[in-house]
Amino acid sequence: MFGSFKKGFMLAGLAMSMVVPPLMAAEEVNLYSARKEELIKPLLDKFTTETGIKVNLVTGKADALLQRLKSEGQNSPADLLLTTDAGRLYRAQEAGVLAPVQSARLDELVPAQYRNPEGYWFGMSVRARPIVYVKSAVDPQTLSSYEDLADSQWKGHICIRSSDNIYNQSLVASMIATNGLKATEAWAADFVKNFARPPKGGDRDQIKAAAAGECDIAVINTYYLGMMLQDDEQRPQAEKVAVFWPNQDGRGTHVNISGIGLTAAAANRDNAVKLMEFLASDEAQAWYANVNHEYPIRDGIEVSDILKAWGTFKADDLNLQALGKHNAEAVMLMDRVGWK
Amino acid sequence: MQTLLEVHNAVVAYGSQTVVKDISFSLQPGEIGCLLGPSGCGKTTLLRAIAGFELLKFGEIHMRGQTISHAGWALPPEQRRVGMVFQDFALFPHLRVSENIAFGLPHLSERERSARVASLLSLIGLSEHASKYPHQLSGGQQQRIAVARAIAPRPELLLLDEPFSSLDVELREQMAREVRGILQQEEITGILVTHDQHEAFAMADSIGVLNEGRLVQWDNAYNLYHQPQNRFVADFVGQGEILPGRVINAHQVETDLGIIEGRVPKGCDCGCPVDVLVRPDDVQHDDESPLKARVIEKAFRGADFLYRVELDTGAQLLCFAPSHHNHALGEPIGIRLEIDHLVMFKQEQP
Amino acid sequence: MSEVVLNHRSMTKERWLTKSWRFSLVLVAILMALPVITVFSFVFQPAGDVWQHLASTVLKDYVINSLLLMFGVGTGVLVMGVSTAWVCTTCEFPGRRLFEWALLLPLAMPAYIIAYTYTGMLDFAGPVQTGLRELFGWGYGDYWFPEVRSLTGAMLMLSLVLYPYVYLLARAAFLEQSVCVLEVSRTLGASPARTFFRVALPLARPAVITGLSLALMETLADYGTVQYFGVSTFTTGIFRTWFGLGDASAAAQLSAVLMSFVFMLILLERWSRSQAQYHNASQKLRSLPRHDLRGWRMWVGLLVCLLPLSFGFVVPALQLLAWSVQTATDTLNDAFLTLTLNSLLLAASAALIALLLGLFMAYGKRLNPSWMATGAIRVASMGYAVPGTVIAVGVMIPFAAFDNAVDGWFRDNLDFSTGLLLSGTLVILLFAYTVRFLAVSLQTVEAGLGKIKPSMDDAARSLGYRPRTVLRKIHMPIMRGSLLTAILLVFVDVLKELPATLILRPFNFNTLAVRAYELASDERLADAATASLAIVLAGIIPVIMLSRSIAKARHANLT
Repeated sequence: MFGSFKKGFMLAGLAMSMVVPPLMAAEEVNLYSARKEELIKPLLDKFTTETGIKVNLVTGKADALLQRLKSEGQNSPADLLLTTDAGRLYRAQEAGVLAPVQSARLDELVPAQYRNPEGYWFGMSVRARPIVYVKSAVDPQTLSSYEDLADSQWKGHICIRSSDNIYNQSLVASMIATNGLKATEAWAADFVKNFARPPKGGDRDQIKAAAAGECDIAVINTYYLGMMLQDDEQRPQAEKVAVFWPNQDGRGTHVNISGIGLTAAAANRDNAVKLMEFLASDEAQAWYANVNHEYPIRDGIEVSDILKAWGTFKADDLNLQALGKHNAEAVMLMDRVGWK
Repeated sequence: MQTLLEVHNAVVAYGSQTVVKDISFSLQPGEIGCLLGPSGCGKTTLLRAIAGFELLKFGEIHMRGQTISHAGWALPPEQRRVGMVFQDFALFPHLRVSENIAFGLPHLSERERSARVASLLSLIGLSEHASKYPHQLSGGQQQRIAVARAIAPRPELLLLDEPFSSLDVELREQMAREVRGILQQEEITGILVTHDQHEAFAMADSIGVLNEGRLVQWDNAYNLYHQPQNRFVADFVGQGEILPGRVINAHQVETDLGIIEGRVPKGCDCGCPVDVLVRPDDVQHDDESPLKARVIEKAFRGADFLYRVELDTGAQLLCFAPSHHNHALGEPIGIRLEIDHLVMFKQEQP
Repeated sequence: MSEVVLNHRSMTKERWLTKSWRFSLVLVAILMALPVITVFSFVFQPAGDVWQHLASTVLKDYVINSLLLMFGVGTGVLVMGVSTAWVCTTCEFPGRRLFEWALLLPLAMPAYIIAYTYTGMLDFAGPVQTGLRELFGWGYGDYWFPEVRSLTGAMLMLSLVLYPYVYLLARAAFLEQSVCVLEVSRTLGASPARTFFRVALPLARPAVITGLSLALMETLADYGTVQYFGVSTFTTGIFRTWFGLGDASAAAQLSAVLMSFVFMLILLERWSRSQAQYHNASQKLRSLPRHDLRGWRMWVGLLVCLLPLSFGFVVPALQLLAWSVQTATDTLNDAFLTLTLNSLLLAASAALIALLLGLFMAYGKRLNPSWMATGAIRVASMGYAVPGTVIAVGVMIPFAAFDNAVDGWFRDNLDFSTGLLLSGTLVILLFAYTVRFLAVSLQTVEAGLGKIKPSMDDAARSLGYRPRTVLRKIHMPIMRGSLLTAILLVFVDVLKELPATLILRPFNFNTLAVRAYELASDERLADAATASLAIVLAGIIPVIMLSRSIAKARHANLT
């Protein structure tokens, strides 16, 4: 029987060598992406068609990819790390796995508040986290800012996902950076009291719950609403809510970015920079805006009708470094106030 | 005729514990030997050493003059031409009866093999069960298959490790006689390991009594019974009671039953205290006898009664009586000693 | 003479083999324990004041929720697993033969998939509640409906997909029970119910407990379901501490606490088991007489089997099918075929490796029953209770360190860079799977090996067979059922595995589980359905084979 196992083993080995594509030294660039394959692969394919540079991809959770990058160290095959929030890019930079990029073109394409001053990372799309409200239940005149959501008039009316989620962590981190830890904690303590239900599910679930009448207000990333509006089955629910841009009289609506950084171990540096520049180009920016309903990194890009319908807004111009810096504080704060 | 099996000064130890201590014996071809002893006496270990499953620490084992084991080395079991029957039979649950028996015959042609299996099946009287699985048979039937499987490759020596202990009591002696018949018919030398003297007597030509790893006596059944070498053998083999006595001269011992004649053990001078072994068949019931003893226990055994009687002095004896001699408990009956072989041991100092 | 010399050599060789076996057993165990050790090693790094923060805020929740979850899932799998196993083994009712294998099907359903599916169906905005509202004209707050995404929901979801472990092992145990023992109990005046609780169940206890411990270990390791349901458990806590608070040391310490807890449970179970003997003394086995169920009893029997099967498999599978039909045209393409092939090959290779290692270790222990061997085996099987991501990181760090060390040596001495030899290849992925699922194969193989009495080995050798032949002729046939079970369980487990695959896989390498997760976590349930369904379908085939092999084993009475 051991003979046959040996055979089976060899067979498995053979099969494995077939499924692993050999990493050729030819023109290529290796990407660790926290963005799901569906939401990046078409752009990468386009890049390959235009430049002839092959893009090898591993997707995964940002923290896990960062850990992988850290342990692989100088020999990491990855040239680029792409995340869907600024906090992780900050963490990667702190961990020393990113290298600065000097590219006049990138500096020109990416506005200063959406990139690291030394060029360690660059924003590739903007993700806004405004308030949505049920049109039939809430008068938008009564809404004003995130801070205002702690008001007792919203008791039992608010849906928001768990504090495990990085978008909520970033939101609270941005408030700590602006209002200070103490004020933010006081705010969060009241805000949590207004929850309609214990936090659960993703952002779409909050919209669905609002549409179903479980709550009147939700805090969500806009592209989820955009995707629901595009889905025949979910559109009726999505249409029951409208977007409200908070803090327009003050610092602006909280935004985060998806962004990319060159790794310190990058072997295909030039190709990597080319890919970064491509992702920041008009063509790629329009794709994000139209397919995933994210906001382009800069003005002047043609966006989808859905985005147009939500109107323009003033974004918080806090440097996104702050999100990473205050992330741990934010999580502890949410633990203390009982934001599950 | 060449001696089939010779065991020379065999010692087996597990770590610091010596289990088999300096044992020697030999078997002639066709002879059936038995290792008899209480559990833990080392008999199974010795058997497994002969089979090649245990290493000798000292000594040698020869088969037909060839060394098959010496200190620290053993010819692998599969090369010894030694068959073995296990206490739990160890039948292969995934093989049919016929496949179990044929298991040791891979070297035979298909035709020879099935012929051998068929003849063994008819020998053990289980021809109609050839295609059943072991668990579908009774204990006695499984036993026979285990024997048939072991002797199928015509081993020179068959080892039986307490083979009857999982059978019903009534079945044991019958199976022992049956297996003896089979071995004789197949001309196979055998060694039986058991703690049951009846099995040993029913099956073996010569019997070795083991105690605490030592071979105490190697003899035939008759001698073991009538001429035990020491108290242990006397106690372990057969029934009997000990009567204290005192040597009065080189041929006579004085006991509660009067003066008995016999060979006095070595180192016993006049006046030396001795133990006299009195078997139940040494004591005859005789209503006419002037020597009376009180019945304190009785067991009706069909053909006879076995009485336990007590003398006035307090000494107890066992005594057979014909089955029509039915006496009540407490009743004094007449007894008479008729000792052919007087067995006595120097009294052990307490 | 030359023969004697030869044999002398062979005997020494045998002893050398035993010795080297013991050595390599410990070596393999250490290798398997490497990820766990790596995680433990973080324990000694100072964790700052995070612990104080955790203790004063959320730690209590983590512990209570984890214990409640274990209790709920434990009860759930015991009730469902034992009742279905008993009914299917001792009763006759319409559809029994079908249930016998179909009851295993939920095993093919990944927990996070069933969680997403039920949420999609039963959520406030889902078709069920919407339908109810439309039917009765209710609005929000007019009626009460059980909340799927809750602790109770998580207990239910996990119980529904994990009960087959208990069913599988309990059924095998019931099949092996001697009828005599059960009949003795009846002659002593015990009712069938009493016989079940006082005799049959205690006799099956080791098997039931093994099944239960597998289910509970999976429960503790689960992240996807509880995270989606918003239930903070120890496992979600590990992730939150690690990624949210950015404190790897504290996270490792939490993991270490979790592992110690599991280890304690295992020891406790072993200890309690050693207090009693559970062997079936009877040599004689008769096939169990089946009790014909009639009238209302038949309906009860049917219901007992129908409920877990429907909710654990049929309902979610139909929902997945419905979603798949909507999206099949977009998702079924060449890439999907590649995904499927990748998943199957990976699962098959991992299952084979886990089986070989399980065999190696179980035999090592049998030949050499030392405390060292036993300890090695216990340590090596700890990976099962550890969340996949933790294992993955534990695998990644030592492998990368090894790769970098090799590369460094070559650079220094030969002026040549090897790069990363193992990191980012399928080798590391297969290693992680083995670490994670060795417990499954090891336990099954050990159980199978227990059926072979040492006297059978001796008998075969005294009949002229060499040890290797004994292995082939006696052990393999008798253990076939167990080996098959081991290989298929690991196969299905790897097919469903997500976190380690996600983080350790090579470039451009996707599996069904990765695809299903990426879409589902993006809240695109319908798009995720095809991949999910493919996992379930790929899992069904081995599950059916598994069931067949068990039935066959009983048929040939390999008990």
